Amino acid sequence: MSFFESFGLAIKNILSSKMRTFLTMLGIIIGVTAVIVIVGLGNGMQNYMKDSFSELGTNTLTVSIPGRGSSRSVSVDSMYQLVADNPQQLDKISPTVTMSGTVKIETETADSTTVTGVSEDYFQMKGYGISQGRGLNYVDVAQRKDVCVIGQYLNQAYYAGGAVGQTIKFNGTKLTIVGVMSQKSDTMEEGGSDDCIFLPYSTAARLSWTGTISSYLITVVDENQAAACKTLVEDYLYGIFSDENAYSVTSMAEMLDTMNSMINMVITILAAIAAISLVVGGIGIMNIMLVSVTERTREIGIRKALGAKERSIMQQFVIEAGTTSALGGILGIALGFALSSAASVIISTLMDSSMSVTPSMGSVLMAVGVSVGIGVIFGYLPAKKAARLNPIDALRYD
Amino acid sequence: MSALIEFQEVCKVYRMGDSEVWAADHISLVIHRGEFVAIVGQSGSGKSTCMNIIGCLDVPTSGTYLLDGRDVGSMNKNQLAEIRNKLLGFIFQQYNLLPKLTLLENVEVPLLYAGVPKPERHRRAQEALEMVGLGDKLRNKPSQLSGGQQQRVSIARALVGKPAVILADEPTGALDSHTGREVLRLLQQLHDDGNTIVLITHDNSIATQAQRIIRLEDGAVVYDGDAHAPEAVVTAGAIGTGGAS
Repeated sequence: MSFFESFGLAIKNILSSKMRTFLTMLGIIIGVTAVIVIVGLGNGMQNYMKDSFSELGTNTLTVSIPGRGSSRSVSVDSMYQLVADNPQQLDKISPTVTMSGTVKIETETADSTTVTGVSEDYFQMKGYGISQGRGLNYVDVAQRKDVCVIGQYLNQAYYAGGAVGQTIKFNGTKLTIVGVMSQKSDTMEEGGSDDCIFLPYSTAARLSWTGTISSYLITVVDENQAAACKTLVEDYLYGIFSDENAYSVTSMAEMLDTMNSMINMVITILAAIAAISLVVGGIGIMNIMLVSVTERTREIGIRKALGAKERSIMQQFVIEAGTTSALGGILGIALGFALSSAASVIISTLMDSSMSVTPSMGSVLMAVGVSVGIGVIFGYLPAKKAARLNPIDALRYD
Repeated sequence: MSALIEFQEVCKVYRMGDSEVWAADHISLVIHRGEFVAIVGQSGSGKSTCMNIIGCLDVPTSGTYLLDGRDVGSMNKNQLAEIRNKLLGFIFQQYNLLPKLTLLENVEVPLLYAGVPKPERHRRAQEALEMVGLGDKLRNKPSQLSGGQQQRVSIARALVGKPAVILADEPTGALDSHTGREVLRLLQQLHDDGNTIVLITHDNSIATQAQRIIRLEDGAVVYDGDAHAPEAVVTAGAIGTGGAS
């Protein structure tokens, strides 16, 4: 008897007792559904994290150099030189000078506006667009010009969209607005990421009376090599300070990796717990198959009398168990996908976030493989019992 | 006529605790191709054991059983299954049809295990069912038929693989006398077509439908000869002899 004929027979038997088959499959259905939804949730979380981090830039290193007293320091030029010396790893650099002070537009004061001194490359490094006017350029930085680029919020709120050419006052210094940035966040609000001012770092250093710049943003060529680039910068800084506390380099990609591996671990543990129900489901299949062998003793006797070999009987029962649990697996996948999209909708409405539960192809394949495997493994014992039945006893069985 | 079934001193011993039960006690017999033989005996006479051995469902404890010249006693389970499939057709008292399958599928089962391809299986099963007069009920389930019809299906199933021997175990046991006679007529017809038929029964009136009767008592042959001889229908015990012919 060929595999396909055994398969047809299995389908026929399964269909002849739908309720029982469904109850038998339930364990597998629940197990597969749980695994798929949990892995989907994990994927969703990872994607959400990745999106959030990539807004911050996963290809960036944030370098902070508090220094070690006044004895040693690192100059802006030497940091630029470091990037220029390592074109394979490091792409661009921008000093970042965070400033505090009062921002005045005409007579109004903007309290929550962030003011940062940056280089001409900064906008490109962060992927910020310029919607009006121009960005900062080399001349602005080199000549410490009193110019700035402002966020869209300020443009809309204070200049009615026509800020370019106007002026803004920071700590009493009049800055000329040369450009307006494209809108960054969905909702423009006070204190948001569109409520900002960028000026040349050289100007910023002059205005805040700081001789040394202690914070830099560096972009790396390949974000998968972020860890190596981080080490490169650290090694350079250690060479200057010989003290690990004098500087710190943070890689967004590395933080994302750490976060991902944590999520993965949690998901693996949860999925393993869910997988226990697959084992329980397998035992349910074994139980029903054992009952089925007893019920069908006479049928087995008849088949053997008519020439069925042990292998054929065995094959019939193993395929039946495998098919039952594979069907359970398929239903579980369908249910898993349905629950995943339901969960996505619920999460996005209740928690006001865009996280979506995305079941992975891997988890689906694994679910099918595991459920068929479980059926075959747990169907083996009952099938063996069936195949071993003595045809005379089996024919006499009532 | 060549010997199809040959028992040489066949014994079958069951152990019941400490005692041994000789269900077959040195039985020797020969059944030729084309014969219609009835094996008769009361319950406990060893006729079921005899049938199980002939049907390759069991092997003798000692002695030799040659089926179509092949020594069955030394075969393993798979070889026995193959012999059952190719050389034997079973007709049971309880019909033993598979309730979930249609008549056509039931009759196809022996061909399924013989590895016959599907179209040929269909054709042969249909022919067999037409032969027993059920050609119009191919898609019915056994439960939709009367007992006599079901027995005819099982006859079709026994025939379909063109076996060397048709083994009928109390084929009329579950039927009323009228349908029982119909089934016997069908067997008679199969015999006329050249089939070898071994009928196992406890009922003398049914046994006399055969050409030859082999009577068993306590695991031994007490009569083996013409079904229409007067001593054939009388139990050996009743005429006071320990063995016959």
